[in-house]
Amino acid sequence: MAEYQNIFTRVQVRAPAYPGTPLPSGVWGRQGKGGFIHLLGRFGDAQIGPIYLGTTGLLSLICGFLAFEIIGLNMLASVHWNPIQFVRQLPWLALEPPSPSYGLHLPPLKDGGWWLMAGFFLTASLLLWWVRMYRRARALGLGTHTAWAFMSAIWLYLVLGIIRPVLMGNFGEAVPFGLFPHLDWTAAFSLRYGNLFYNPFHALSIAFLYGSALLFAMHAGTILAVSRYGGDRELEQILDRGTATERAALFWRWTMGFNATMESIHRWAWWFAVLTPLVGGIGILLTGTVVDNWYLWAVKHHVAPMYPHVFAPVIDPASLPGAVK
Amino acid sequence: MSMFNRASNGSGGGERRLRWVAGVALLGALAGCERPPMDVLQGGYRGTAMEQVINPRLDAVKAAQNVVPPSSPPAPADGQPLASSVYQNIQVLKDLNVAQFTRVMVAITQWVAPPDQACNYCHGANMADDGKYTKVVARRMLQMVRHINSDWKNHVAATGVTCYTCHRGNAVPKNVWFTNPGESSESGLIASNAGQNKPEPAVGYASLPYDPFTRYLLNAESIRVNSTEALPSGNHTSIKSAEATYGLMMHMSTSLGVNCTYCHNSRAFAVWDQSTPKRVTAWYGIRMARDLNNAYMVPLTATFPAHRLGVLGDVAKVNCLTCHQGVFKPLYGVSMAKDYPELQGPMASAAAATPETPAQGQGTSMPAATPPTAALTTGH
Repeated sequence: MAEYQNIFTRVQVRAPAYPGTPLPSGVWGRQGKGGFIHLLGRFGDAQIGPIYLGTTGLLSLICGFLAFEIIGLNMLASVHWNPIQFVRQLPWLALEPPSPSYGLHLPPLKDGGWWLMAGFFLTASLLLWWVRMYRRARALGLGTHTAWAFMSAIWLYLVLGIIRPVLMGNFGEAVPFGLFPHLDWTAAFSLRYGNLFYNPFHALSIAFLYGSALLFAMHAGTILAVSRYGGDRELEQILDRGTATERAALFWRWTMGFNATMESIHRWAWWFAVLTPLVGGIGILLTGTVVDNWYLWAVKHHVAPMYPHVFAPVIDPASLPGAVK
Repeated sequence: MSMFNRASNGSGGGERRLRWVAGVALLGALAGCERPPMDVLQGGYRGTAMEQVINPRLDAVKAAQNVVPPSSPPAPADGQPLASSVYQNIQVLKDLNVAQFTRVMVAITQWVAPPDQACNYCHGANMADDGKYTKVVARRMLQMVRHINSDWKNHVAATGVTCYTCHRGNAVPKNVWFTNPGESSESGLIASNAGQNKPEPAVGYASLPYDPFTRYLLNAESIRVNSTEALPSGNHTSIKSAEATYGLMMHMSTSLGVNCTYCHNSRAFAVWDQSTPKRVTAWYGIRMARDLNNAYMVPLTATFPAHRLGVLGDVAKVNCLTCHQGVFKPLYGVSMAKDYPELQGPMASAAAATPETPAQGQGTSMPAATPPTAALTTGH
């Protein structure tokens, strides 16, 4: 017997494709009439389109494509244009930022010039997509919450890729474009600056990240649990509180003595998500510019606990008189 | 419309098959993992996660590969003429008597020379002749072994080394390194990989700079990247340098078959007074490898035939893996050298085949900060 569920829906109610609210007059209209894809309907709405691309959308895709091509073709070149090796080694391949010795000067193409160019186009793509997101929200008469949440992620990206490198005086501080390489970079960043674990903004960012996951689970769990009472019609419940809301609220008051409301839970979630990259970006920005060794910073401010020694005192052999180099 | 039909008939056989495929794919994703259980040895204060994770199954394989061959009976110390008074052209082992000398020669034959060539691998019809390059190299290697055993006790302690520590029956030790020429860019236009981002075993298949050896074990670039002050105080070491250091550390970890916490407290890698005493031993090990490469290997470059040299025409050099071969102490710390006093130094004559070139002031004056012979971990 088929049943209706909120996600992974087996029953798909199908009506003629909805083209969306009328657009205010603009340069572009919506493209296509809209169609249905059954598999997508199992996870969300089965309807695809009509699509609005717009000037910013088109420019963003072009810039994104250019960045993608610069990165991808340089990776392909690094395995001598061998497609098999490209697939095999893809996780290791990267486009590296310039050597630190170039400072903020333009390096030759092969020594980071391509990286700068890819970074320029990727940044342009992200910012154009942000503008598109903002303008689409406005065109639909929505608030711009999504755009600003996206801007928070862009902030972290900009700090890593340009703001901090400029403050440090060289682009060599920036992140390579590559799968493993950017992860190894992350580890090396923490190692170079004395363990990011002791960076309080990094800690805050992690708290918001884990908090986001927790809030997501709590909220989603609550709404799914009360959907049998119509709780999945959240917006209606905000305006006209029904038994679903009452039961959800009571559940949390019983279990932890306090409950968010149908409206406020979304502000909780939005702020937790936005603060994750926001404070994370601050933590990165302070690293190397204001604090050079986070572990020693934590020791200085009595944050790092001291453990009893279990070995005979270990002395830096380089500090002993007559030590080899 | 078939879509509507499918929508009303959800739980078909296709879905079950899909689940099976997904399940098998998930299991397949684990194929690169080592199966549990692992042995965990605590090495630091509780709660600091300073522990060694050991796979007992892989360890058993390694143990079988790192067995010390039986030693030959000791040679009589007296009642024998000096080898140099009997044989010609003896430059290094002058201080040995004939019995001791012969014992060393037999041992080297077993440890190093290919069985089908034996003595002929180094010697021609006239045993005293230096015509074969292998003999010239072997003489220098004997000096090197004595140098290690007498001057690098900070690293090898009383355990010492013999030819077997590296050679293990191979004419050329299995684990040597050459300077990696890197990827030559096909044209001036294509981005260079900056000497990294390749799956190289040298750095544990990380995407880290794959030739940390030239930087640190041949040249003496600074390995330390951390600041000793909390706030910026003029340390301009780049993240790229940190990656190179990281690469060397991955090599050490792989070569010794240990985790980072074998030497370091991972919360503060740079801080010495939170490190284990093994870090001191490792510190001397890096200097030792650098010394051996510069004082013994590089001067032999012209001696070797071209097919023994690297792509750039450089000589084979040593790193941690050359001796350790995946074990925290080569051959699990069993001392072969104690059975071969002939290989202990310093007994070498001043008139060596290749002029002695002491590098960077190594010598017996180095203080031993801590005994490097502590066990794998200090349990608590």
